[in-house]
Amino acid sequence: MADAHAALQEQFEEMPQQKEAATLGMWAFLATEVLFFGAMFMSYIVYRTTYPQAFAEASHHTIVLFGTINTAILLTSSFTVAMAVHAARQNNIKWLFRLLAITVFFGLAFLAVKGLEYHEDLNENLWPGPHFKSELPPQAQIFWILYWIMTGVHAVHVTVGVVLLSIMAWMTSRRKFSDAYYTPIEISALYWHFVDIIWIYLYPLLYLIHRYSA
Amino acid sequence: MNTAMPIESPEPLREERVPKNYITESRTLKSWLFTTDHKRIGILYLFSILFYFIIAAIAAALMRMELITPAGDMVTSETYNKLFTIHGTLMVWFFLIPSIPAVLGNFVLPMMLGARDVAFPKLNLLSWYLFNAGGLLAVYAVTFGGVDTGWTFYTPYSSTFSNSHVVEMAAGVFVAGFGTILTGLNFIITTHKLRAPGMRWFRMPLFVWSLYSTSVIMILATPVLAMTLALMSIERIWGVGIFDPRLGGDPILFQHLFWFYSHPAVYIMILPGMGVMSELVTCFSRKPIFGYHFVAFASVAIAIMGFLVWGHHMFTSGQSIYAGLVFSFLSYMVAVPSAIKVFNWTMTLYRGSISFATPMLYALGFMGLFTIGGLTGLYLAAVGFDVHVQDTYFIVAHFHYIMVGGMVTAFMGGLHYWWPKITGRMYPEKLGQLAALIMYLGFNLTFFPQFILGYLGMPRRYHAYAPEFQIYNVMSSAGASILGVGYLLPLLYFLWSLKYGKKAPANPWKATGLEWQTPSPPPKHNFVETPVVTGPPYQYSAEAAEAEFTANEKGEAYG
Repeated sequence: MADAHAALQEQFEEMPQQKEAATLGMWAFLATEVLFFGAMFMSYIVYRTTYPQAFAEASHHTIVLFGTINTAILLTSSFTVAMAVHAARQNNIKWLFRLLAITVFFGLAFLAVKGLEYHEDLNENLWPGPHFKSELPPQAQIFWILYWIMTGVHAVHVTVGVVLLSIMAWMTSRRKFSDAYYTPIEISALYWHFVDIIWIYLYPLLYLIHRYSA
Repeated sequence: MNTAMPIESPEPLREERVPKNYITESRTLKSWLFTTDHKRIGILYLFSILFYFIIAAIAAALMRMELITPAGDMVTSETYNKLFTIHGTLMVWFFLIPSIPAVLGNFVLPMMLGARDVAFPKLNLLSWYLFNAGGLLAVYAVTFGGVDTGWTFYTPYSSTFSNSHVVEMAAGVFVAGFGTILTGLNFIITTHKLRAPGMRWFRMPLFVWSLYSTSVIMILATPVLAMTLALMSIERIWGVGIFDPRLGGDPILFQHLFWFYSHPAVYIMILPGMGVMSELVTCFSRKPIFGYHFVAFASVAIAIMGFLVWGHHMFTSGQSIYAGLVFSFLSYMVAVPSAIKVFNWTMTLYRGSISFATPMLYALGFMGLFTIGGLTGLYLAAVGFDVHVQDTYFIVAHFHYIMVGGMVTAFMGGLHYWWPKITGRMYPEKLGQLAALIMYLGFNLTFFPQFILGYLGMPRRYHAYAPEFQIYNVMSSAGASILGVGYLLPLLYFLWSLKYGKKAPANPWKATGLEWQTPSPPPKHNFVETPVVTGPPYQYSAEAAEAEFTANEKGEAYG
């Protein structure tokens, strides 16, 4: 009977096969994403090893409060999206919708905090170039451009995740999902966890260099 | 090979009750532009890469014309820089990388596995749109202003000094890269999850193994290139110092990141060709492949080891000598799986019942040209010799032997081999053989003299050169014109065959493999009923082929 599910696409024989393909597909995509961020992490590692002093100094100008709040927000949102998948598995559609909505809210909150932080950073002249904060060593510009690019690309991913989860919430409200079919929820959650994990690396690398000596 | 032979033969009703195939299924333009059928997407890719190939080939022709005389008298050096950039970028990213995977791979991979389509048909269509969005951006960049960095975008030239459309070109490559990633992703999941009943991993055709290995490289290497080009463009747009030495940046880091992609990308450009080779050599020697497991694992080994040798592009650019030694050693190692393949193909020929149909001529050409290209690659992997020929025509000749002598030859072989399946028509065999021969001769005349030029010290990427090099350059340019005829001929007779070619049977080559067990051209979902696989691939018999040949001495076996 599972074969007759409306969501079964024509290239698949049965629902479990379709689900496995979709899940494996998302994992393969995340492997791509790891390498995409990998180029930035590699550049960071190379330059931080070359200029440890400049990186430590530059890092002191990040706003650790905003970074910490955002870390808390994203970690919590990972929990809520995991609970959303659990709710789908329990066929608890009401809570599935609520948990997705909460996750979307957390995602937007993250972006709002990040926006405030960017605003502060710009006021502090932390955008590299001719107007860059003059008391910092020149190599600090490399730290800061990497900061902008890494958090920027991450923010793009958060935005994509927010859109994705909003679509999931909307589809949930249209009764598209049940415990028999919730693959899109599961792979969207996978993506969201990935966005969270990237942040878990970004937070110490960008905000916490040599904080103990401060 | 298989028990199920789902070739439907409906009752010979006198009316035109021809069952619909993937081409006749719907004839509107819209049905092509919004198709999710992997076969149609393969055809769309074929037309697209032809478009980019022609532009890049014209650039090559202009370069060869300039190089007939030692003086830079036809184009200025700036124009020449733009010409080799057009040729390099378009050929690498918009012709070679999609050539076999996205055209032939898209068309036959699902059929070889006994699947109805790839795992994510919509993503497959999206790949094509991304590819062309990127391609048109690149064409825009080279037509309105041009790009003069070469295909390697080395900093700080690209990020600081060049006055050309670097960012647009980088954006084109970036966007097209995601098309490549999605193709690779699709192939991996299709191979894992959509194999027909009984299609175990070691029953898969070797073309599938090579496409699988290629796909792994595509999804793991391409994102690094995308980010690297993004970093370079950000530096160029805002003048921030990521790779700029004045601000503490390191241009060598750019080269490391670039080659971390671009060396594996070389294997994206040859592994699928090797896969096609395995299909052709077995079919036209009527023998099972020699050492199936070795050939299959050689593909995987190349994919893995290909990630560990990028530093051999940087022997002279300032990386540490110890890194150079390690990369040199690893580059020698990666030659082992490639050699395994060549030896196995050779052993497959041994005591086979060989016929010289067009695809086989290309396959034999591949073996010779790839071997020359591969062995000169070993010269270059030796640090001492590489210092001597770095950035000379020796390198140019080496990689053209791999890319053109290898990949393009395999692509042509594969295209002829699957043409009856794709179009339902046979190409003219005699003309096909003639074109294969012309291409082989033209290719060698074009590129062999470049080995000598490089060894004698002529640097690449200059529009003028010392007069003593002229004789070899004239030979090379003459060869290029012959090569051009060799490419034009198939284009013409392929078009001719669409209307006037002999109707192709389901299996004109008497080949094994599931794609031959369905009508030519195949129906929309490939098989009337899902095939069941019961044995290993390549169940050919040379003895049977010989017996059949002597039985009808007239032997019009291959038309």
